[in-house]
Amino acid sequence: MLVVLAAIAVVVTVVSLMLGSNLISPAAVFTGLFHPELDVGAIVWGSRVPRTALGLLVGIALGVAGAVMQGQTRNPLADPGILGVSAGASLAVVIGIYVLGTSSILVTLWLALAGATVASVVVFSVAALGRGLSSPVPLAIAGTAVSALLVAFTSYLVLSDETTLAAYRVWVVGSLSGRTLDGAGAALAFAGVGMVFAIANVRSLNALSLGTELATGLGENLLRARIVGLAAVTLLTASAVAITGPIGFVGLTAPHIARALIGGDHRWLLPASALVGASVLLACDVIGRLIGGTAEVSVGVVLTVVGGVAFVAIVRRGKLATL
Amino acid sequence: MKRRTVIVTLACLIAVVALVLVGTVVGSSSLTIMDVAHTLIGAGTPGQQLIVVELRLPRVVAGLLVGIALGLAGALMQTFARNPLATPDIIGVTSGASFGAVAAIVLGGGSYAVGAGLLTLGLPVAAVIGALVTSAVVYGLSWRGGIDSYRLILIGIGATATLTGITSYLISRAQITDAAAAAQWLVGSLSGVSWSSVWPVLVAVLVVTPLALTQTANLEVSQLGDDISTGLGVALQRHRLIIIVCAVVLTATAVSASGPIEFVAFVAPQIARRLARSSRPPLLASALLGAVIVLGADALTRGVLPGEVPVGIITAIVGAPYLIWLLTRRKENLV
Amino acid sequence: MTLEARGVTLAYDKSVVFEGLDLTIDEGRITTLIGANGSGKSTLLKAFGRLLAPSAGTVHLGGHPLRDLPTREIARRLAILPQKPLTPSATSVRDLVSRGRHPHQSLFQPWTPNDTVVVDAALEATGLVELADRDAGSLSGGQLQRAWIALVLAQEAQTILLDEPTTFLDLSHQLDVLELVRQVNHDRAATVVMVLHDLTLAGRYSDRLVVVGEGRVLADGTPWEVLTPATLKRAFDLDAIVIADPSSGTPLVVPAVRS
Repeated sequence: MLVVLAAIAVVVTVVSLMLGSNLISPAAVFTGLFHPELDVGAIVWGSRVPRTALGLLVGIALGVAGAVMQGQTRNPLADPGILGVSAGASLAVVIGIYVLGTSSILVTLWLALAGATVASVVVFSVAALGRGLSSPVPLAIAGTAVSALLVAFTSYLVLSDETTLAAYRVWVVGSLSGRTLDGAGAALAFAGVGMVFAIANVRSLNALSLGTELATGLGENLLRARIVGLAAVTLLTASAVAITGPIGFVGLTAPHIARALIGGDHRWLLPASALVGASVLLACDVIGRLIGGTAEVSVGVVLTVVGGVAFVAIVRRGKLATL
Repeated sequence: MKRRTVIVTLACLIAVVALVLVGTVVGSSSLTIMDVAHTLIGAGTPGQQLIVVELRLPRVVAGLLVGIALGLAGALMQTFARNPLATPDIIGVTSGASFGAVAAIVLGGGSYAVGAGLLTLGLPVAAVIGALVTSAVVYGLSWRGGIDSYRLILIGIGATATLTGITSYLISRAQITDAAAAAQWLVGSLSGVSWSSVWPVLVAVLVVTPLALTQTANLEVSQLGDDISTGLGVALQRHRLIIIVCAVVLTATAVSASGPIEFVAFVAPQIARRLARSSRPPLLASALLGAVIVLGADALTRGVLPGEVPVGIITAIVGAPYLIWLLTRRKENLV
Repeated sequence: MTLEARGVTLAYDKSVVFEGLDLTIDEGRITTLIGANGSGKSTLLKAFGRLLAPSAGTVHLGGHPLRDLPTREIARRLAILPQKPLTPSATSVRDLVSRGRHPHQSLFQPWTPNDTVVVDAALEATGLVELADRDAGSLSGGQLQRAWIALVLAQEAQTILLDEPTTFLDLSHQLDVLELVRQVNHDRAATVVMVLHDLTLAGRYSDRLVVVGEGRVLADGTPWEVLTPATLKRAFDLDAIVIADPSSGTPLVVPAVRS
């Protein structure tokens, strides 16, 4: 099954590389990839590879972050957005735009990361102070509360200045267009570290799915498990948000789809989520480019529609494994 | 009702009355209670008349009704879904209303701030239509031989995210002035509320509240689980339909009056439940607390804070930390 | 108020559990459904309790098809305690048990003195009077189970369905519960249908045993008629002998030693 998912991801990647101002064939794509010095290579490497590569990165990061989040909170409604990570990232970016008047990708990245981390740490501390770590609900509630708070601050800033609003409203939709590989290195590094944490969290996630008491009985250090998971989610989500702006649905639905296809064992679920997330994100980007023509519909918007429909379909089929 | 619940409810009622009075008195030109009283019986100056009757009273009444509607809707949904994270927003009501309103603003031309006649009437209508259609679709999609609250929540979340995305898309494509107007509306505010937008909420509250109260016994029992509730004679599907319709109508009309002030429906019932130490959010107390939150926030923004900070932002800034404080404070397992 | 299934077909997510089943429950007696895991005993009980609608055939209560009766009406005559009820927070034992009065209450008559009497009697019968004001969430497994049974007793229904009422209880509490059931059957002439997994206890406390499996009734009769080595082998794949329990005289299932 993982192989199937990987194959799907590869196909979508190739399609993404095929599209652009002129459609090039898969054969040409491969030629271009391996011979950057040719004309076709320049086309491929110029705008398409960055876009596709970033799309893969964001899709993988969000897919894995969502899986970890849902495993940690044992709540199928859990989404990196709920933890306030996206809201923190957005607020930091808006502050950047408002204060520094900047839209440089690199600065945005660091701001988003800072904001996301602060938000998650606040949420986690709140939940830990509250009632210990045995129930997933307080964490989710705390996250929702912090998220709402941050969105409020963000709205306040955004509404008070038209230039900020103008920049923000385009950024908040979530898009891959015009993204270059500058700053991608930093994002990749953060995402990479996040992946390491995620992989380290796999055994804990499997234990947690049995319930916190049984998990403790199996020797899990709950506090450590939560911290590692949180670090993974924060890093992955922040790097994704910093690149494209907040994109919803991937973190929420990719794990559900993956779970339906491959089961709840996180050793398989995380890679599956990553692949599903990447495929879904790139596929939606492709769709957005196809239907928009010159004024493309950004991936964030396409995802909300496609993701919404897919999600409803999944829920109706009743194949959701409850956590 | 249990004694503690009664006490809490009464306390909230007193707070609401106090805040209503404060609301009429506070503002950029401050009046005394006597001034307000005189104006109400027609003995005030034309200037005071304008302020009290045209500006403040609609605003305070709107705040009261919107708060009641949101608090009650939140209590109903959270009890129905047996999930404290459940809000009317989750079944798509708020996002549907927002989508309707934003579409009206962005596609209909003209700016909300200007208050063009057609738009002032059209906006609430668009919002209500958006909310009702969305809720109906979500409810229909989650029907599979009956309603499972889990499925309803999930589908609602899906619909909400989709609509939010499309709404953001509309805003990103609009003229910057329209975008600003739409974004402003989305935050939730009581400024510029007129009597015409108050009527729908008033009617909704007067009709729906008694209806919701008839379901109190069913709400109590349904907490024990679907099987036992059915075993105890609760007509589950009918009960659920009533609850959802109540919550939707309340939320849709509230949102149409003031824009979405989302946080209230989430916080008010949770605070009410903790104060009353009951197993589910008490309906009346939640409604009154909703009003307390909205009126309190509005009084703050008009009386204390500089500039016109929209109510929606205040409710979030005040409500969120309080909820977090409650979460960290209580040792008992009330969640 | 006879409870009977006529030609009932029950299916769960497309897998058929029973097909064309006929079963009439004797009034005023204790009938126990037994069977291997997954044999459908809980499914059948739920169908009797109108929690599951049959895809074919009908369940009748007092001659009327269940689906034609208003659910409240059914609740006054038939009570069901399913396997995993939810315990709400911030609820005392008394509050919990009081919810059993729901089918007898209405909008205009929320609580009468009679309701209090009935709840008190239920608490008394289950030995929970001292715990009445404790938070239900703080009870032990055995105590909580008694509270659920008290709730069902407060419902004052003539027919009582119990789905595995003794799971997770230690033996002495299992006996408490079953003695209670027998007492209720005796005092009120209540019809009891329960699902049990312990064969010996089923033999001791039942007037009639119905063994289900393979999509139908495999054996039906008194405990001695049903608990035979042949039936045990067929229904449970169990090699056992059946002797008379020295204290009660009822069948005692003794599994064979495996070499």
